[in-house]
Amino acid sequence: MSDRDPLFSKKNLKLLSDPMNNSNPITVQVLGICSALAVTAQLKPSVVMAISVVAVLALANVIISLLRNTIPNRIRIIVQLVVIAALVILVDQILKAYVYDVSKQLSVFVGLIITNCIIMGRLEAFALGNKPWQSFLDGMGNAAGYGVILIIVGFFRELFGAGTLYGYKIIPDSWYIANGGFYENNGLMVLSPMALVAVGIIIWVQRSKNRQLIED
Amino acid sequence: MENLINIFIKSIFIENMVFAYFFGMCSYLAVSKKVSTSAGLGIAVIFVLGITVPVNYLLEKYVLNEGALVWLSESFDNVDLSFLRFIMFIAIIASMVQLVEMVVEKFAPVLYNQLGIFLPLIAVNCAILGGSLFLQQKAFINVGEATVYGLGSGIGWFLAIVGIAAIREKIEYSNVPAPLRGLGITFIVTGLMGLAFMGFMGIKL
Repeated sequence: MSDRDPLFSKKNLKLLSDPMNNSNPITVQVLGICSALAVTAQLKPSVVMAISVVAVLALANVIISLLRNTIPNRIRIIVQLVVIAALVILVDQILKAYVYDVSKQLSVFVGLIITNCIIMGRLEAFALGNKPWQSFLDGMGNAAGYGVILIIVGFFRELFGAGTLYGYKIIPDSWYIANGGFYENNGLMVLSPMALVAVGIIIWVQRSKNRQLIED
Repeated sequence: MENLINIFIKSIFIENMVFAYFFGMCSYLAVSKKVSTSAGLGIAVIFVLGITVPVNYLLEKYVLNEGALVWLSESFDNVDLSFLRFIMFIAIIASMVQLVEMVVEKFAPVLYNQLGIFLPLIAVNCAILGGSLFLQQKAFINVGEATVYGLGSGIGWFLAIVGIAAIREKIEYSNVPAPLRGLGITFIVTGLMGLAFMGFMGIKL
């Protein structure tokens, strides 16, 4: 049946758009929190991390989906881990080659993409039971939903914590108290616990808009 | 000896896995509804970290680092296998978790039933892999230090998950705004606990 579906049928597009809101991996499915919080002190590492996860998740989904009928059920976790680890090694080597400073900043968190629950979760829940193209879209969608949260948190933390965005100054120098102005950077935003509070607030906003997500 | 105690205290409080690095957040959020299950998972994490960190330390020192294979033959002194780190570490961790699962099933069936699916999931708990990946930055001088670091990190994770589980049991009775219930308030409470743990940061050991 689905063989005759056009590549971008409504059903397939829904795979892309759902994770942005109704089934967002971070705020609804609670997957992949660790790396989401630790790298978001600035915008640049957040963007690099988001792109890396998009690449790994989409490719891993496709590979596992192609192999889904040949993997014995009992050892599937190991097979999945090997596929993910191989992809992550690739991403790590590419980052080291082209954006060395960001790769230093991300340190162990690139390696931790292996244990990022989004990837295992999507492989288990989707790629093992669906065709490669759908799995690719699902991987892109979920990784993008993850990336959006990362970028929102990174945006606010860098703007309020350092007064810059992507390394460029946003708040004019003359505003700072040191230069006779009225403004001071909020040092709290750079500290790691504020990432948790920021995600908490994103969840609050999202669930106020979308009341069917409320837990009781 | 003093050095070991310093590493131990530091890994529990100052560099707490959950509050300083956010490692193992997924299971931390998913399993922290009841104190008893979260304590069981915490103990399993202490155990697995205590085994895998020293094993991975030895693996890194004698196989993966540049020139680490010299003990096999002099001609290997420029072999650098460090790009294989991720895949080797995760293989060790997955097999150790499998081993722990079998041991627990045999000798503590009650705990095994309580932990259920979460025991195999420790393999993909970032706290475990994170502990091993930090070895490279910490540059421990011997395997004793690595073991103490692994155990200390596990105990720090245990403290964090039992703490949040106790708080969540109490929050059940509070009137939280509806959109914040469940996940939202847990995030914010964890943030506040993290701020409290930052108080340890100034301590020099």
